[in-house]
Amino acid sequence: MGAGHHHQLYRPGDTLVHRLPPQCKLLAVAAFAIVVVATPRERFLAFGGYLLLLAAVAAVARVSPGFVLRRMVVELPFVLFAFAIPVIGLGERISIWGVSLSVDGLWASWNILAKATLGVIASILLAATTEPRSMLLGAQRLRMPQLLVQIATFMLRYLDVVLDAMRRMKVARESRGFQARDLRQAPILAKSAGALFIRSYERGERVHLAMLSRGYTGTMPVYRDISADVRQWLFAGALPVAAAALLFIS
Amino acid sequence: MHVPDGFFTASVSIGAAVVAAAGVSVALRNAKQELDDRTAPMAGLVAAFIFAVQMLNFPVAAGTSGHLLGGALAAILVGPYTAVLCVAVVLLVQGFFFADGGLTALGINITLMGIVTAAVAWGVFRLIVRVAPNRTAIVAGSFVAALVSVPVAALAFAALFAIGGTAPIDAGAVAAAMGGTHVLIGIGEGLITAVTVSSVLAVRPDLVYGARGLTKPLVLRTADGERVVEAPRGPEAKPIRPFLVGAGIVSLLLAGVVSFFASSSPDGLERVAEDKGFLGQASDHLFGGSALADYGDVGGIPVGVAGVLGVLITLAVGLGIAYLVRRKRKVTT
Amino acid sequence: MTLEVRDLAYAYPDGTQALFGVDLRISRGERVALLGPNGAGKTTLVMHLNGILTAGHGTVRVAGLQVGKENLQEIRRRVGLVFQDPDDQLFMPTVREDVAFGPANMGVRGAELDHKVTDALTRVGMLDAIDRPPHHLSFGQRRRVAVATVLAMDPEILVLDEPSSNLDPASRRELAQILKNLDVTVLMVTHDLPYALELCERALILSDGVIAADGPTRDILANESLLTAHRLELPYGFAIPSTGT
Ligand SMILES: Nc1ncnc2c1ncn2[C@@H]1O[C@H](COP(=O)(O)OP(=O)(O)OP(=O)(O)O)[C@@H](O)[C@H]1O
Ligand SMILES: [Mg+2]
Repeated sequence: MGAGHHHQLYRPGDTLVHRLPPQCKLLAVAAFAIVVVATPRERFLAFGGYLLLLAAVAAVARVSPGFVLRRMVVELPFVLFAFAIPVIGLGERISIWGVSLSVDGLWASWNILAKATLGVIASILLAATTEPRSMLLGAQRLRMPQLLVQIATFMLRYLDVVLDAMRRMKVARESRGFQARDLRQAPILAKSAGALFIRSYERGERVHLAMLSRGYTGTMPVYRDISADVRQWLFAGALPVAAAALLFIS
Repeated sequence: MHVPDGFFTASVSIGAAVVAAAGVSVALRNAKQELDDRTAPMAGLVAAFIFAVQMLNFPVAAGTSGHLLGGALAAILVGPYTAVLCVAVVLLVQGFFFADGGLTALGINITLMGIVTAAVAWGVFRLIVRVAPNRTAIVAGSFVAALVSVPVAALAFAALFAIGGTAPIDAGAVAAAMGGTHVLIGIGEGLITAVTVSSVLAVRPDLVYGARGLTKPLVLRTADGERVVEAPRGPEAKPIRPFLVGAGIVSLLLAGVVSFFASSSPDGLERVAEDKGFLGQASDHLFGGSALADYGDVGGIPVGVAGVLGVLITLAVGLGIAYLVRRKRKVTT
Repeated sequence: MTLEVRDLAYAYPDGTQALFGVDLRISRGERVALLGPNGAGKTTLVMHLNGILTAGHGTVRVAGLQVGKENLQEIRRRVGLVFQDPDDQLFMPTVREDVAFGPANMGVRGAELDHKVTDALTRVGMLDAIDRPPHHLSFGQRRRVAVATVLAMDPEILVLDEPSSNLDPASRRELAQILKNLDVTVLMVTHDLPYALELCERALILSDGVIAADGPTRDILANESLLTAHRLELPYGFAIPSTGT
């Protein structure tokens, strides 16, 4: 409970990107995602440029391409969906290798794949270079409402407990020959969910009580100064600004 | 159901973001009364739990799988306003930390999976519990509330898709497919929600927001025997009317804002495509013959009106529920 | 009077009533042992002392302040609580941040905060571990850090829930040394009767949710029928060293 987990997401390091205050990175990534989404889908050059920008960030942050690729599996359901669009899409059709595909569907598919992929890579890089806790501090700094930060703080803390308990229960279930095949297994999963809930709550509740007894009132104390100077804002801003520039020249 | 970047047009994304922001700030304002010292971590746990259970995809039928949306569970356990916040936090964390769900689609995701599910589920839940306020009704109410909330969210998705999806798929087909599979997913959601609520209810009834206000008297043991004293009562769940009013306002915002954006600024990519004459032909049958589909003037319906129509239908459903609730209340009181 | 509990009754939310009217008074500077069998309600009682649990009936007063929503911050500054399980107490990524958590919540910052942290860790002999994650420490080390987290807040009343359980004999002795050197009021829950005798001049027995005995530790431990009645046992071969009475 408590510390140093989520290793899968965060890649410790001491690069320029890692050292940037979290609030700068959060804003930069959000702005970058907006530029990407606002890009018309036929500007191939711009998309290529965005990818290069992200590659540059990854290089500076020393995040390996292999790591990014492995993390990109979250995108998989939508990749599958995107591939289906040309097949079920409406409108004018062309035939590629004997398969009749919708032209517009192909465009839509490309559009979703390109934008979603760029967005996913940007988020992966953000998470790889920013500790979850410091990300929350950044959010707090960006005036994210206190209550949301608080819920998110608790959520991250509980996440390990829940995931850990879930893993153990899954092992226990499967070692007794259980496999989720279809809806008929739902009651069993549901029962596990109920037990999981109580178990994790009671563990976390005790920690919360301990926090309360040491004067916690809902705000995590900030020990480190994370204010950003102009130079850092400029550096972080380079990503969305370069992306916007690409959008205009392409 | 996590919508990635690029799935919806920028205008719809922005519109939904405005709605989500409005919804979240309404929720923030009201959640303070639902949460106290002890329930704040509960909200965090509910968020973590939703997150964890969303990773547990349950197979539905014919190769598709669904996952818990969680809005219903959250609404019943921590109250509807806090529920919106929980789901919003889950989506924010998924988007920023886990790259799941696009950052520019956050507004859409929060609106659909947070606001719509929590509002629908809480409405249905209170309706049922009002009729018979006991443990069985709470569990049954949880099941039905969760079951209903999922397909409604799916239909809301389809409505948004009809206004501003980027994929050229027939909107009716989307609605049918989404609605259909999500009825099945809803059954799973209902089961998980009901079982979770009932196990929490059995062990820690104090943690179920929807079941507040039950305490037993205390016994005092003194030298001269035992004495019974009244225990202080816990806070009661808030009445439903203000909540429905809030939900109504959010729906109105949804209607107003999304269609405003959808009509006033056609999507950048389509504009460019049209400028280049690239989609000159295609845009006519972009969404086939569906009158609700294109946001040009297909079928003689002017720009934007199609969007408003879609949302009005949703609104009508919501108001219908509100009306039913009020009528039921009159009957029971 | 530093600590005053009157008529305290409490039932857990699931309906289990754990306290049935507890009365006790502890004066400034006293060191008191709270004894009692498993499930007697010791932990439950202790949780009321700094407002983690709210009295179902009766009152708890700390230095004259009634424990309640209005005074919580002040009460938690005065009453330091070391939990039964150090894993519940330690939740920050490093020992340093964990120890700093309490004082930082009280508004202490900068050099003063650093000083409080190093001072508390020095007192429990854990300064070397300052930058390590708590979950990498051994159980005994975690318990000591847990004590440091509370010492860093300079409490007037130190409440410890079974501080010596799961400690090896050396750590147990070192902890006793730390507690003896502290100049604060101490209430210590323990099943370790010799430890109670060594550290506390006064002992209470909590049984079935009420105080069943209150007196000098030596007298209580010498009263065999009282101990048996409340499922308490001295370790085999342990005898109360006789001095006078
Ligand atoms: N969270 C809880 N919910 C319900 N009942 C509880 C809870 N915690 C404790 N109890 C019950 O309250 C009673 C007192 O428990 P408490 O933990 O205070 O005992 P204790 O004296 O500290 O015991 P031990 O020596 O084992 O630590 C027990 O009957 C226990 O089962
Ligand atoms: Mg105990």
